[in-house]
Amino acid sequence: MSDLIRSVEAPANEAIPPLRPGDLVKVFIRIREGANERTQEFRGTIIRLRNSGNNANFTVRRVASNGIGVERTFLMRSPRLEKVVVERHSHVRRAQLYFLRDRTGKRSRLKQKFNA
Amino acid sequence: MLKGLLGKKVGMTQIFDESGAAIPVTLIEAGPCYVTQVRTQETDGYLAVQLGFEEIKPKRVTGGELGHLKRNSLPPLRFLREFREKDPGVQEGDKITLEQVFAPGEMVDVTGVSKGKGFQGGVKRYHFRGGSKTHGQSDRQRAPGSRGSGTTPGRVYKGSRGPGHMGSDRVTVQNLKVVFVDAERNLLGLRGAVPGAKGGLVMIKGARKQ
Repeated sequence: MSDLIRSVEAPANEAIPPLRPGDLVKVFIRIREGANERTQEFRGTIIRLRNSGNNANFTVRRVASNGIGVERTFLMRSPRLEKVVVERHSHVRRAQLYFLRDRTGKRSRLKQKFNA
Repeated sequence: MLKGLLGKKVGMTQIFDESGAAIPVTLIEAGPCYVTQVRTQETDGYLAVQLGFEEIKPKRVTGGELGHLKRNSLPPLRFLREFREKDPGVQEGDKITLEQVFAPGEMVDVTGVSKGKGFQGGVKRYHFRGGSKTHGQSDRQRAPGSRGSGTTPGRVYKGSRGPGHMGSDRVTVQNLKVVFVDAERNLLGLRGAVPGAKGGLVMIKGARKQ
């Protein structure tokens, strides 16, 4: 890809550590409410990670009240992303964890990985 | 003043605006261009401005073109294109740069030559439906079907759509918004897609319909 293209793209966000599928993360997003800005948290498991430079993104799944799954996709270089905190890594054997969508309760647990 | 420029398509990417929304942009290396000729009503019968773009070695230009450029002591240029313009406001021999012509927020039309697709069937070329997958059909899935009527008129009307050469056409995309202008590097960012391959020549004009 040409350097000209790269020069206009947003720089990588320093506040995002290396992420892996299966990580339990807290995503801090800047939200605009009328005139004032505040930070909102979104906590869940990364079920999909796409490393592609400028267009890199990841999808976080969390189970909200009444067992309703909520998935949100974030662009890694978006200025709305304040930071991402990894709370724990999981032992997973695939890149896309779409199987979690069909599981609820205890069956949707992932085994923790300590040495990542 | 003349609202036109020649440029080279660099490629596409996405950038973020102030609110944080991702917007698709096409980058164009636009200008600097030289005014190689001003067409007037008296001498040519119509009004237009001829612009030249991209300096090259003299041996890459034909002798005739070289002489044409020499009239205004301009360097050898790869591309010469005309823009219809009632009120040119430029002189032959002028150098036009990006920031003189376009500013962020303006709307422009972009003309280019679309990517060549070769000989294509009716399904890709004109979005024919093709045949049925089932009901005992074989070899009919992308067939064009009937091309006309029966014994009357007994022939296919001229201009009927069918398989044939697709792409490499002159295509104009209207009303693209100028996202940014980088005067230093002659880089123009437009919201949306622009016809042609990377490195292809594009003509950028002020929008006709706003």
